[in-house]
Amino acid sequence: MRWLQHRNLWLGAMLAAVFVAAALISFLWTPFDVTKLNIPEKLQTPSMEHWFGTDHFGRDIFSMIMVGARTSIAVALVAVSIGIVAGVPLGLAAAARHDSPLDEIIMRSNDLVFAFPALLIAIMITAIFGPSAINAIIAIGIFNIPVFARLSRAAALGLWTREFILAARVAGKSASRISVEHILPNMLNLLIVQGTIQFSLGILAEAGLSYVGLGAQPPIPSWGRMLAESQTMITFAPHLALFPGFAIVFTVLGLNLFGDGLRDYFDPKISRGRH
Amino acid sequence: MSTANHLLAAALVLACSSASAARTDITIGMQLEPPNLDPTGAAAAAIDEVVYANIFEGLTRFLPDGSVAPALASSWEVSEDGLQYSFTLRTGVSFHDGTGFDADDVVFSLDRARAEDSTNAQKGLFAGIDSVEATDPATVVVTLSQANGALPFNLAWGDAVIVAPESIEQAKTAPVGTGPFVFSKWVQGDQVEIVRNPDYWGEPAQLEKATFKFISEPTAAFAALMAGDVDAFPVYPAPENLPQLDADPRFSVVLGSTEGETILSINNKLAPFDNKLVRQAVAHAIDRSAIIDGAMFGYGTPIGSHFAPHHPAYLDLTGNSPYDPERARALLAEAGLADGFETTLKLPPPSYARRGGEIIAAQLREVGIKVEISNLEWAQWLEQVFRGKDYGLTIVSHTEPMDIGIYANPEYYFQYDNAELQQLMVDLEATAEDDARSEILQQAQTIISEDYVNGYLFQLAKTGVANAKISGLWENAPTQANDLTKVFWQD
Repeated sequence: MRWLQHRNLWLGAMLAAVFVAAALISFLWTPFDVTKLNIPEKLQTPSMEHWFGTDHFGRDIFSMIMVGARTSIAVALVAVSIGIVAGVPLGLAAAARHDSPLDEIIMRSNDLVFAFPALLIAIMITAIFGPSAINAIIAIGIFNIPVFARLSRAAALGLWTREFILAARVAGKSASRISVEHILPNMLNLLIVQGTIQFSLGILAEAGLSYVGLGAQPPIPSWGRMLAESQTMITFAPHLALFPGFAIVFTVLGLNLFGDGLRDYFDPKISRGRH
Repeated sequence: MSTANHLLAAALVLACSSASAARTDITIGMQLEPPNLDPTGAAAAAIDEVVYANIFEGLTRFLPDGSVAPALASSWEVSEDGLQYSFTLRTGVSFHDGTGFDADDVVFSLDRARAEDSTNAQKGLFAGIDSVEATDPATVVVTLSQANGALPFNLAWGDAVIVAPESIEQAKTAPVGTGPFVFSKWVQGDQVEIVRNPDYWGEPAQLEKATFKFISEPTAAFAALMAGDVDAFPVYPAPENLPQLDADPRFSVVLGSTEGETILSINNKLAPFDNKLVRQAVAHAIDRSAIIDGAMFGYGTPIGSHFAPHHPAYLDLTGNSPYDPERARALLAEAGLADGFETTLKLPPPSYARRGGEIIAAQLREVGIKVEISNLEWAQWLEQVFRGKDYGLTIVSHTEPMDIGIYANPEYYFQYDNAELQQLMVDLEATAEDDARSEILQQAQTIISEDYVNGYLFQLAKTGVANAKISGLWENAPTQANDLTKVFWQD
């Protein structure tokens, strides 16, 4: 069991799994209904009944964290998928036509998107089209495109000089077929590692957008908005901020460790060199 | 070495002595920044909260208890038929730019406010005025088309302050009035500073300088108070912090009344809200106590109509719309909407709206009304809801005094059109006698309550927080104002 030797990998995987599990379970069951307000029971501290206490509307914070995990994961997952689906083909095309005008156009447009502060543009998009989870996904997704485009171009450029690719070219395969059949499979591990890291960044971005009120709208619970709403109550009801705060920290930490671990796992050379 | 010590000691003595003398400056925290500083040209409450009674004065003014007192008019007389008001003006009054104040300024101000192209937000205040004439420099005669006992009250509003033709052009950015404070500077996005007017006609202010600081974030407001960056927050935006501030000996928390009827406004022309049964269902679906508890942490008085509970003519009509979800469902079924319907709830930034909105959305969901919440900034809200009337439901506090007249305006954003009420408001204008006015007002309250025009939630409490050493701030808010004339620091 080689993967057991990678401490980061399983630690990260376990942390992330907790939240993925919480999100999945929340579809079937939560201790309390998060859309139902129960004002008389507001601001209760953690107890046997409400494990994480209740918020200012008397909602069960544990249940909200569970459903909030769903929001975070869904937004980040779709956003990363947008990045991969749009970014990887762009990167592959740029590498296949290396140094051509196409390469220039693709990479310079990437630079353009990269040059903007991501969160600022996300705020702009949601300000124009209105705040919603969908618009948050689009905003975060757009900024994942250049990440994957660059990564896949760099990886593909290296692969294009390899002998097996040369063999495929001699065999008369077209550039696009080579990209799909030979290059893509050989850079999958890189994409998975980057995808994991972008996924954790996506969760952070979603929390940030929700915090400023531009993410998922009430009554859908979201960790970022839970943090924002608890702000004025932090001096007398700190549990309102602590639990969503921890949820964000541990999910992002878990995913980052998992991504690091995956990289070590796929590429033992780097791992030995680093430690 | 010893010289340095002496210097240090001297500096300490100086520091102590200056600290023990009573302060003569104050920083007032406000949640919203005014869009401009001309109270006669726009509706924003924040304008009056800076300039009313500080920079600008009217012929009459509101006192802290809501009563009307003479201001630039020292007295007035009403003709037998109630159609002519003759105001005697104070003499020796000058504007901050040195120009003198006389009857011509009054004629200019009132004519400008009621002109066809006037942008005055409360033109209704001047509706019954036929003509304004200066008979001599110290006398103005206002002729009405019909008797209106409320004229002195109307003229006390911030929208009716006296401006000078010489300086009106710049009123939006550098207002020139006759008040006890002179406009000093406005750092946009941050603060407005005013200083004492040494040539004030009345009793001069005790403060030398006052700064209005605009802090929109409740968290930042709390931090600013705690750090002493702000000395007072007349309308503190986060009610959840009040018990904590009250327990702190450095602050005093004063709970007063405001003219803010906080309502769930309903777009009366938008289907299905054009059906009274649906509006009634909404009213019965709302649990006021949960909203006051959940959104305002208990601060607020339930209301059943659009009228302030501290007013003598108030009728408690909350009985018309008790919390009764069963009844609400039955009413929806009767209206042919047994399966419920979908609508929008557009919320401006204040926490009463944002939090109240979440609670109301949950309560309406219980009876089958699916509400899509969208949170708007004030500019968007004014654009979409107030002017555009593109909404189903919204929550807002109407902070103008005695504003039941807005229900007689079918163009107003809730688009309520009822001839009977419109007639009542015309009658009210023509009535001078207090008892008769009360009766009309009570009829009007009953009509809008029984027509379920809007969801009536609660009267906004004035949650004032101030440094415990400050005296003279208004306890209640009979109008939108932060009158600093009588404010001083105790030693």
